[in-house]
Amino acid sequence: MTLAADRNHEGELEVPEGYVKLTIDGLEVVAPQGELIIRTAERLGIQVPRFCDHPLLDPAGACRQCLVEVEMGGRPMPKPQASCTVPVADGMVVKTQHTSPVADKAQQGVMELLLINHPLDCPICDKGGECPLQNQAMSNGRAESRFVDTKRTFPKPLPISSQVLLDRERCVLCQRCTRFSNEIAGDPFIELLERGAGQQIGTSATAAIADEAESAANTIEGKPFQSYFSGNTIQICPVGALTSAAYRFRSRPFDLVSTPSICEGCSSGCAERVDTRRGKIMRKLASNDPEVNEEWICDKGRFSFPYVAAADRVLRPQVRNAETGKLEDASWTEALRVAAEGLTAARERGVGVLASGRSTLEDAYAYSKFARIALRTNDIDFRARAHSAEELDFLTAKVLGTNPETGVSFASIEQAPAVLCVALEPEDESPIVFLRLRKAARKSGTKVFHLASWTSPAVTKTFGTLLPAVPGEEPKELDHLDSAVRDQLSAPGAVLLVGERAAEVPGLYSAVARLAESTGAKLAWIPRRAGERGALEAGALPTLLPGGRAVADAAARTELETAWGLEAGALPTEQGKDTADILRAAADGELGGLLVGGVDPDDLPDPALARTALRSAGFVVSLEVRHSAVTELADVVLPVAAAPEKDGSFVNWEGRHRPFEIALHRSDGATLPDCRVLDTLAIEMDADLFTQTPKAATEDLLRIGYAGTAVAAAPNAQPSEQPTRSKPNQAVLATWRELLDGGSLQADEPALAGTARTRCVRMSANTATEAGLRKGELAVLSAAVDGGGEVRLPVEIADLPDGVVWAPGGGEFGKIRRDLGVGHGSLVVLRGGGSQA
Amino acid sequence: MTEVDKLTPVLTKRWLSPNSWTLRTYEQLEGYTALPKALRGSPEQLVQLVKDSGLRGRGGAGFPAGVKWSFMPPNEDKPHYLVINADEGEPGTCKDIPLMMADPHSLIEGCVIASYAMRAHHCFIYVRGEVPHCIRRLNAAVAEAYQAGYLGKNILGSGFDLELVVHAGAGAYICGEETALLDSLEGRRGQPRLKPPFPAAAGLYAQPTTVNNVETIASVPYIVNAGADWFRTMGSEKSPGPKIYSLSGHVERPGQYEAPLGTTLRELLDLAGGMKDGIPLKFWTPGGSSTPLFTAEHLDVPLDFEGAAEAGSMLGTTALQIFNETVSVPWAVMKWTEFYKHESCGKCTPCREGTYWLTQILQRMVRGEGTETDIDTLLDVCDNVLGRSFCALGDGAVSPITSGIKYFKDEFLALCESNRAKGASQTEPALAGAGS
Repeated sequence: MTLAADRNHEGELEVPEGYVKLTIDGLEVVAPQGELIIRTAERLGIQVPRFCDHPLLDPAGACRQCLVEVEMGGRPMPKPQASCTVPVADGMVVKTQHTSPVADKAQQGVMELLLINHPLDCPICDKGGECPLQNQAMSNGRAESRFVDTKRTFPKPLPISSQVLLDRERCVLCQRCTRFSNEIAGDPFIELLERGAGQQIGTSATAAIADEAESAANTIEGKPFQSYFSGNTIQICPVGALTSAAYRFRSRPFDLVSTPSICEGCSSGCAERVDTRRGKIMRKLASNDPEVNEEWICDKGRFSFPYVAAADRVLRPQVRNAETGKLEDASWTEALRVAAEGLTAARERGVGVLASGRSTLEDAYAYSKFARIALRTNDIDFRARAHSAEELDFLTAKVLGTNPETGVSFASIEQAPAVLCVALEPEDESPIVFLRLRKAARKSGTKVFHLASWTSPAVTKTFGTLLPAVPGEEPKELDHLDSAVRDQLSAPGAVLLVGERAAEVPGLYSAVARLAESTGAKLAWIPRRAGERGALEAGALPTLLPGGRAVADAAARTELETAWGLEAGALPTEQGKDTADILRAAADGELGGLLVGGVDPDDLPDPALARTALRSAGFVVSLEVRHSAVTELADVVLPVAAAPEKDGSFVNWEGRHRPFEIALHRSDGATLPDCRVLDTLAIEMDADLFTQTPKAATEDLLRIGYAGTAVAAAPNAQPSEQPTRSKPNQAVLATWRELLDGGSLQADEPALAGTARTRCVRMSANTATEAGLRKGELAVLSAAVDGGGEVRLPVEIADLPDGVVWAPGGGEFGKIRRDLGVGHGSLVVLRGGGSQA
Repeated sequence: MTEVDKLTPVLTKRWLSPNSWTLRTYEQLEGYTALPKALRGSPEQLVQLVKDSGLRGRGGAGFPAGVKWSFMPPNEDKPHYLVINADEGEPGTCKDIPLMMADPHSLIEGCVIASYAMRAHHCFIYVRGEVPHCIRRLNAAVAEAYQAGYLGKNILGSGFDLELVVHAGAGAYICGEETALLDSLEGRRGQPRLKPPFPAAAGLYAQPTTVNNVETIASVPYIVNAGADWFRTMGSEKSPGPKIYSLSGHVERPGQYEAPLGTTLRELLDLAGGMKDGIPLKFWTPGGSSTPLFTAEHLDVPLDFEGAAEAGSMLGTTALQIFNETVSVPWAVMKWTEFYKHESCGKCTPCREGTYWLTQILQRMVRGEGTETDIDTLLDVCDNVLGRSFCALGDGAVSPITSGIKYFKDEFLALCESNRAKGASQTEPALAGAGS
């Protein structure tokens, strides 16, 4: 594929099978069949100017900027050809602007035409300085325009959503945004409208309100604009036509400091670029990582960074004044001393560690090591969500230690003949996996099955098939899959994707493991949070030690004691408590203390129990980024850095190591990563973690190595009895957390929140009729057991099984868990709440 | 002098019969006699017959119809479609709509034969939406044909099924471009598609599709009845057959004249009673406004595909718009350019922006505010549009300008003179777009 490679002894280029030989600007080149001329030229270092072309979008040939001369079989084609649409062919002779005066004039001509209606507002345009139009006008355009007549003008900007603003004057109508929305995201909320010079990008509503600069948040079908991926259109816009509401006019590209980073938003570990200016994050962009996120990130990843600068950041260590009962600022020295003394005292009766699913691998390792060495306990769990012992067995048996080579990767999803999603709504819970599923279905004909309660947008957009299941009955459905589906999942390369929600359904992980065994399909576990997979590898669990070692394995303990420089028998031998048991024990007064790192009680299976536990635990130390329900009840609060403020790594759901450097250098108190704080705290407790910095933690992790000796039989848990609906207005709840749910990382970003899906409760027409509800009316949901609050949501009709309702889980927006204390598979009571105002 | 017997009514032979559009009249005058013959033959034989006849597409490009048909897959793995392009929108063109008004069944019979030849069981006639009277008549004729068993299941007992749908366009010139027409027919925004894939591989709903002009398909029954050799007795070797020439503008009797391909304007003018009021001819289009202008010098150019091309233009749709000496060429060119600006679909830069710019320059020149530099700019912008746009619309848009300046540069210069006479006080604005 390269210029120099593979010349035979006569100096001629060898042409392997599936390749062709052509000449571009007099240079011979071998290129794979089907490659577009513009790409082959690029590999040769010949840059042909372009706007509409994008390597991940289908060719359009609309802008005509990339015209080149092409000769086939010695005959020149009569017109210059758009090099972004013509595949290479054997014996083709291509002349770009460098060797063809015709191509050069054609390009200069198109550039001049593009500029006649483009405003000369580069000095105030967000894109100025990083603008393909600006750059290519300099390289392939004339310095002065001959256009002296009247430019086309439009009112601007036109908000096409709360986070994307459209400037139709700057638009060169390359259709990258509409093609992205149509092809990649499957959200055709923007389209070309009108024609000729009046042609413009818009939504169904912008046509009607073209003269008013008011929001037009409707799709062409009149649905609200709720794409989770709209921010990508801003990034791929080759001019400043689509701008971000949050970033608009805030900075010039050349004033930004850019750092390559990894997104902390979910378990995909997308490559991104963090742009900061004067100590503030200005924006995040997708980086190009073909193996993971290609060139896309979701809007949550792109826009949810203002939490880093939230007003309620914990900036100083705080210690609770025993007399006033209030938290007071303290020095690090004092706070660490109080914390160490408190924990040391509490250690006698036991201290539970609630680590976070958002930790970096290094921080999770520090929590894991701190629990074992400083607190001498295995009572540690990173699962700040519904979880089960069955899940622990599943993770140990099927997930621990897998990596992209040995397990499932994004690439293997793309190549899979069939994929089954279980307890995973990919668009909401793993958006980049969703994009890859859609790509697989669109480009490779992958058959996507979704075991779920209704046809969510992701089912439609992955061209998928719904395997309907009543919450709680998923294991039964999996055990009795339709034989046609089972056959497709038995094809080599088929993939099973299971989400963390499987822990809410007893027996589901077991059924998934059985299905993987019986079909031979490859299995991947896709948790929601960025740190869960790393925390698994770091052993932040009651049964696992770092590096794939089991607590119960004496040899593994000895190995670790040696590696950590501990006395023989120093490590606790007893299997620890999981999150629920730690909370139960604390609530019952059985624990002396709690060490809590970034956990929101409302995410836990029983938020009320969690609050009781925090109150009842003798001594609570909280490591937090922002003040929370935990810091309210903590005795010592220690500030820690947010992800962009520290270095470290995430392990994504593939098991891929995703290291990143500090993107935002703070000058105030919240600069220390958890591993550093724990390291210092441990020293106060006469233990040494060797995790002073993330790099030190990495070295320590490397030193102990990956043993992979922890083994477990695949779980074989039985499904629980289905709750029976004793009254007609009872329903089984199906729920998951939507991507944009006001979760803690999404704080302080109203533009992002504006594109969240409309919150509603979904049910079948029969269920609604039975409960005396109609579409659009407010339904009141409450828990079937006594106690708990109510949630009011408008009714939407969907294809759920009768007697099942779906409502959005967690987050600020969906308060099902917090206010009702219920989860997936619980019984809820449904009644009318009157018409919507 | 030419003889009046130049007229060769084939397609137009029933037009003056009473109620020519009814099935009854059509059947009385040889209608639906070709269909049973065609259905007795094989699809391959029909394709060969049309190839042998040398019938070339009547929509403007002149692609051999039989060759186009032969691009369709020879099996029925996928549904095949025949789409009739009846989106007659080229300025000056008025042949398909009169044909469908006067003799809709000839088109329908052609559709059935052509569908059979291409193994299509669905045929769509895409009619421009601005002619509801024509759509009504066509619909009535289709209903009659269904009633009589010429459409629907098991046509004439042959076992061949065909559904025929008349579809009304929504008023866009671009939808005359075959791939834009297909997008529009699918319910999308009408803009040309990237080729390949060509319609024969992936056309309507991504299935094998052939798009043919009304006049092309309406010619087919006559070829089936009278044979390829008969067809070749008219016209020239490379451009055989009869053609409907539509004459409009400054002629005594404008209208449709059917004559063999290769007939000259001089002959056609004789048929049409000469120039209106005897005022001499100044310029004319051989095939609609997208074909470069001709002048009085070109009266004897044979109007077939080769003849028009050799003389520097194109046969196009044989829409002869005839202008006498009272018409200003820059004004006419401006009006045409305004049309293309209005109809440019917007997909590609050269056509969208080029027509926008060219219109403004021409309007300014016609207002008497042009300069000689503007003429150079016009020609250069035309050069940057011609052959650079996505489809042929851009090429057509610059034809009147370049040919207008080629033959009548004096008139453009005269407009600049009048501007110069107004004094040199008007200078160009310092910034593009700063003036208004």
